[in-house]
Amino acid sequence: MVQWTDFERATIQSVFEKMDYDDVGPAALSRCLVVYPWTQRYFGNFGNLYNAAAIQGNPMVAAHGKTVLHGLDRAVKNMDDIKATYAELSVLHSEKLHVDPDNFRLLADCLTIVVAARMGAAFTADVQGAFQKFLAVVVSSLGKQYH
Amino acid sequence: MSLTAKDKKMVKAFWAKVAGKAEDIGCDALSRMLVVYPQTKTYFSHWKDLSPGSAPVRKHGGTIMGGISLAVASIDDISAGLLSLSELHAFQLRVDPANFKILSHNILVVLAVLFPKDFNPEAHVAMDKFLAAVGRALSEKYR
Repeated sequence: MVQWTDFERATIQSVFEKMDYDDVGPAALSRCLVVYPWTQRYFGNFGNLYNAAAIQGNPMVAAHGKTVLHGLDRAVKNMDDIKATYAELSVLHSEKLHVDPDNFRLLADCLTIVVAARMGAAFTADVQGAFQKFLAVVVSSLGKQYH
Repeated sequence: MSLTAKDKKMVKAFWAKVAGKAEDIGCDALSRMLVVYPQTKTYFSHWKDLSPGSAPVRKHGGTIMGGISLAVASIDDISAGLLSLSELHAFQLRVDPANFKILSHNILVVLAVLFPKDFNPEAHVAMDKFLAAVGRALSEKYR
């Protein structure tokens, strides 16, 4: 089981409490689709992803970005058993969506960058460490049921 | 995934905006790396103080940014421009190349923190590709 310090627990709660999901979700997903364009393979039916402007203005990307970010809520509320919390979602991503689990890491990196931009100096090295550790556990749990 | 003409233009333009804060960027990126990826401290056991923003960290952050600046100036042939740095890393420093990715990530985080408006997705992809190219150039002589 993952060990969390008091600082890490408090940091994760605080970062997500203060987060504007409607802003961060779309920003993180659209950034991922721009910075790692091969991730667009999963969104063939999203319409115009032709360039960065199109991606950032695409309403389906924005909606899906919010969905994905809210998907993290469960982990934020169940930090002591993220693996079990995401078992079903892991099966979904593997069996139904056929998403290469490396993509979870790519999206996590983009989310880190977006949160860093929003929080500015408040995104200290220690906060970054806690946030990245949290995302690493989420990423690992989402890949756990792949076989 | 080599640098296109568009990438090079973006990197040069973005670097022009941020170069004034190069030492701060280097210091913060290195500080973050040592905190968030503690295994990287193994390369600095000879420093008295590894805490964020310490004198050796600030100095070394500046040195690293000097190398990045050189790479920007040599963007049309990074391998040639970084030849002596490449030899230094291969034969003396022998930093595991995985760490170039780690430091690059932390540089990107600092760019996001310091330049939230300018570090948009297009600047991000160009800088990510550029730093990856720098990492490749630095590890060129390893074997």
